[in-house]
Amino acid sequence: MRHDDARAARADVEPAALPALRASTEAGIFAGTRTLLYKEVLRFWKVSFQTVAAPVLTAILYLLIFGHVLEGRVTVFGSVGYTSFLIPGLVMMSVLQNAFANSSSSLIQSKITGNLVFLLLAPLSHWAWFFAYVGASVVRGLAVGAGVMLVTVWFAPLPLANPLWVIVFTLAGASLMGALGLIAGLWAEKFDQIAAFQNFIIMPMTFLSGVFYSVKSLPPLWYEVSHLNPFFYMIDGFRHGFFGTSDESPWLSLGIVAAALVVVCGLCLHLLKIGYKIRH
Amino acid sequence: MTAGGDGLPTIAPLMPAVAFRHVCKAFVSARGTVHALDDVSFEIEQGEFFGLLGPNGAGKTTLISILAGLARATSGSVSVLGHDVVTDYARARRRLGVVPQELVFDPFFSVREALRIQSGYFGVHDNDAWIDELLAHLGLADKADANMRQLSGGMKRRVLLAQALVHRPPVIVLDEPTAGVDVELRQTLWQFIARLNKEGHTVLLTTHYLEEAEALCGRIAMLKQGRVVALDRTTALLAGTASTMLQFKLDRPLPPALAANARVTGRIVQLKAHDAREVESILGVLHGAGCEPEDLEIGRADLEDVFIEIMHGETPRRVAA
Repeated sequence: MRHDDARAARADVEPAALPALRASTEAGIFAGTRTLLYKEVLRFWKVSFQTVAAPVLTAILYLLIFGHVLEGRVTVFGSVGYTSFLIPGLVMMSVLQNAFANSSSSLIQSKITGNLVFLLLAPLSHWAWFFAYVGASVVRGLAVGAGVMLVTVWFAPLPLANPLWVIVFTLAGASLMGALGLIAGLWAEKFDQIAAFQNFIIMPMTFLSGVFYSVKSLPPLWYEVSHLNPFFYMIDGFRHGFFGTSDESPWLSLGIVAAALVVVCGLCLHLLKIGYKIRH
Repeated sequence: MTAGGDGLPTIAPLMPAVAFRHVCKAFVSARGTVHALDDVSFEIEQGEFFGLLGPNGAGKTTLISILAGLARATSGSVSVLGHDVVTDYARARRRLGVVPQELVFDPFFSVREALRIQSGYFGVHDNDAWIDELLAHLGLADKADANMRQLSGGMKRRVLLAQALVHRPPVIVLDEPTAGVDVELRQTLWQFIARLNKEGHTVLLTTHYLEEAEALCGRIAMLKQGRVVALDRTTALLAGTASTMLQFKLDRPLPPALAANARVTGRIVQLKAHDAREVESILGVLHGAGCEPEDLEIGRADLEDVFIEIMHGETPRRVAA
């Protein structure tokens, strides 16, 4: 039978008579986002001992050790005790590191084990990928941050001068790091590269961002260098929400964090759209 | 094809299920450019059971990857029921169910969770009735709550098929679905796929098991070095090789006059013979060389013979877009 004959022969046959779906369906550029977000949250929640409990314990250890050594010897912003000063820093550090870890580790695991194909075969838009991965990173960042806060808040008095700043910097910081983790996950081809990204970029930038000290205590050169680090503004703005005072104006911090967020999210969306290193 | 809502595919009868148009794919590396696909054009009609065959490296998986959106063509276009896989990818992918070649799974989830999640990716929610039906048909009902890690290879393969079908795609692509699968599971899979095809689903199959392709596929395309070298109905391809096969067992080397045209598997020798005279001639050469063939059989050529003939560079068969 010729090719055209085959087509003609089929013309009078009822094609693929699929039974009607009793299920509900959704369409549009955000179709599937809810499921991917749910899957990403479920993924880290199923191993929450490792993804939530462990970072909370790490933060507590930092607080116990640094608090024991420095409490009573250092005061910050005039009259704030060192342990009180340290708590918001540790909370924000945990939020940022875990938001990054969530999207980057999930994506690289899926790439290496090959199950990313299930996502690639689905009609998910780059917006759906972005909102689901970044959303799950924010959820994990918040879960770990809340855990650290709940446990450490009993160690020292902690005011809450402006909760709105706390919320804004938490969401902006976690989103920024979730998007950065997504970029790292797309770029990396092996676990080693993600570990390098985490250990040689994320870790130093968070540790040198004023988590453990006020940058005003630094020598002039390092004080200036700290201002080139966007992590400094996330932590400083977050801390402002608690104490009502900070090394820099929270508006300046917000502007810089927002600018960084736009750049990182823009790059992330572009890479997802072109299928960078995932569609060949 | 009417565009329809994105929930349910609506299908016009004359629209090809899959259309490949002048598809080229080049991989550029430091060692140069490799043309994995070179101007591949053909269509698959709705409701067809279509076979895509070729040796390793012929470009089958690359072609399927482009169809599925896992790879992008260097030039040319591919559409599923009229929807371009690049410019209208969401509609194209909703109409396509792909069973990947690799045995991949997500170790975090149970079988039911994996199916619900895959269904949700396609925007289909509250789909448990169909998921239960799939699990029952594929013999997975008692494994629904088992973690994917606990399943055997065969079970994982069935879950891959269920994942490909969970959004009820009208076009199903199976990329070597029975590689490394035992006979019983192979039978189960084929019965299920044949049923889906009978119900109207279009099936595109790549396989190394040529007897499967011969038994199941109404039409076949053969790829060689990225080009379509045969495209015809399976029966027409078989008829084109109007020869018989002489098969026997032999304990010693074949005479040189026969060795060049023989297919030898251990002791088993197969030789093409167009008519009775040629059979007599072969037997004469064997006896003349002192060979005593055992278990002599004469049978019709099968798809494997056609495949070998085409892959060894003889006349291309009815290649048309």
